[in-house]
Amino acid sequence: MNPRTGTEPTRRQLLMRIGVAAGSAAMYQAMTRLGHAAGTDFAGSPSLSGARPGTTVLVLGAGLAGMLAAYELRRAGYGVRVLEYQSRSGGRNFSLRGGDTLTELGGATQHVKFAAGNYINPGPWRIPYHHQGLLHYCKLFGVQLEPFIEVNHNALLHSSVAFGGQPQRYREVQADFTGYTAELLAKAINQNKLDQPIGDDEKHDLLAAMRGWGLLGRDYGYRSGNLASLHRGFARDQGGGPDGAPVPAALFGRAELMKSGLWEWLSFNMSYDFQTTMFQPVGGMDMIGKGFAKQVNDLVTHNVKVTRIAQDGNGVTVTYEDNSHGGAVTEAKADWCVCTIPLSVLSQIDVQAGGPMKAAIQAVPYASSVKIGLEFKRRFWEQDEQIYGGISFTDQPISQISYPSTSYFADTPAVLLGGYMFGAAAYAFAGMTPEQRVEEALRQGSVLHRQYRQEFSNGVGVAWSRMPWTLGCCATWSEETRKAHYAALTAIDGRLVLAGEHASYVGCWQEGAILSSVSAITRLHQRAVGAA
Amino acid sequence: MRAPQRAPQRAMPHLGALLLLLLGLAAMPGRALADAAANVAGRATTSTDGQVIYTQLCQGCHMANARGGVGAARIPALAGNAKLRNGGYPVYVVLNGYGAMPWLSNMLNDAQVAAVVNYVRSHFGNAYTDAVKPEDVAAVRGPDPTIER
Repeated sequence: MNPRTGTEPTRRQLLMRIGVAAGSAAMYQAMTRLGHAAGTDFAGSPSLSGARPGTTVLVLGAGLAGMLAAYELRRAGYGVRVLEYQSRSGGRNFSLRGGDTLTELGGATQHVKFAAGNYINPGPWRIPYHHQGLLHYCKLFGVQLEPFIEVNHNALLHSSVAFGGQPQRYREVQADFTGYTAELLAKAINQNKLDQPIGDDEKHDLLAAMRGWGLLGRDYGYRSGNLASLHRGFARDQGGGPDGAPVPAALFGRAELMKSGLWEWLSFNMSYDFQTTMFQPVGGMDMIGKGFAKQVNDLVTHNVKVTRIAQDGNGVTVTYEDNSHGGAVTEAKADWCVCTIPLSVLSQIDVQAGGPMKAAIQAVPYASSVKIGLEFKRRFWEQDEQIYGGISFTDQPISQISYPSTSYFADTPAVLLGGYMFGAAAYAFAGMTPEQRVEEALRQGSVLHRQYRQEFSNGVGVAWSRMPWTLGCCATWSEETRKAHYAALTAIDGRLVLAGEHASYVGCWQEGAILSSVSAITRLHQRAVGAA
Repeated sequence: MRAPQRAPQRAMPHLGALLLLLLGLAAMPGRALADAAANVAGRATTSTDGQVIYTQLCQGCHMANARGGVGAARIPALAGNAKLRNGGYPVYVVLNGYGAMPWLSNMLNDAQVAAVVNYVRSHFGNAYTDAVKPEDVAAVRGPDPTIER
């Protein structure tokens, strides 16, 4: 309560006070900016009406952006055709199951041996609740969703150089980090050692917050006991009967905890993108791709490799090699073109566009990413360690282990995500053979779970930089390239407009593909209707 | 000498830092990609052995035999690649990237760039003898791009 006004301070007020107290209002502003930048501005299905009869649109790429464009443009009355390089629709939205094969650049082929019903999502795997565009179309197309567990307080946090290399429980790190930090801050407030004076009411609020967040005692100390155990858990849990008394756990040493860096993972999960509730499709992420494909697959020509995109005042001509017919060079014509080909590929295609768009297409590199799917004979993480879904983090290159968010308690083999890497670790793992990737993921994962070797059944390692149809995972924008090239990349160039996650501020997420596509076709429609 | 990617930040004994931690605003090294946790842990090799650097950073795309690959688009072969004739060209590409290839300037110091360029220019059927020196790299190195947050 605010002693002056008798009202609860709003979160915003509290944050502002803390920001001012720390002399860091700028950081507060940075945080709110981040929140806006990461959000979605989806306002519903585009309402495109009044298309001129007979107007045609060629869509390049049958990923989510392309299929959404095809769906909405056909609905608006356009004649639509989609060209796709792969033999399936869905693009980076796909899942691997037993019986699937995956051949990467360099020739290595993996035969997935997962048990029936098991899968790994090599690309997108989770959906934030605020990705309203994607969620809207999932609902519209009947794609069933279920919760994806991002945060699991009983999962593990691991640093090779802290706590003797032993993984620790998330809740223990979180409780002690919060407790010790609150204790320090309360001490500083009580000793008037803040770097600038604060009013009595703010002091009161902050002290109350520190006690509540940190589970501090009346003297603002953080120490082992039943109070701290409310966050941390017990050495011996609360039981029943005469011997049911709980035993509180000992705390980590403050210096060791702070030095461990394990708290960094806590703030990762605080990100807007990872806040609850997150979703996943029931049965695998490719249920979304399949749901979209069900709407538009009659429009898609698969197995064609686009080699040239030409345009003039009258229309667009796309040249492609038809790999269903011996690579026969063929042309397709339309009035307009929505191109969703990833820039990693489009940058090597002859595109007839203005200088600024061509420069933009060349300017955006693609991240490498690797995911490892490991199938184990039993769900030892549940049975032995009470970890039900969620993610354990490690400073080893595998970075994280994510446990399945579905089929809990099943007595069947199960697949977990045994590694998910970007950056340097992804480059290193991509450079391995698939067998080496799996072996390395097993070696590193064994540090967190001793059952790994004994329970392992089979695995698959997907390196996005070697996927023949994208040569990378997703677009990497820098502040400099965004400023120099984003406007040109997203502008309609004659009769051509680009769409895909690369043409959005929600990069590397499916929502970026959706929002970009909605924007592209809305603007294209306006242009087409207005055209002579 | 540039640090590769930063190790997890250590808590600073300064109140401002503590407050930032409370707000979840602690420095998050390399949180470049929305869906990526690995950037925090993923540290590039510190080796100055060209072969090690090639294995760790290059062959994920260019392949162990440096022959690249062809799918919907092409990963260029470095084996027998005439564009390596002038050492300045691969130095530029390693530092700045090219097309779909990301810049590696934030992962490699000058000596490492020189080492991996020299390795590629003297292996895989390439036999250039004019080695690139770290000073040559330093002379053309610009500021790292600023990753969006």
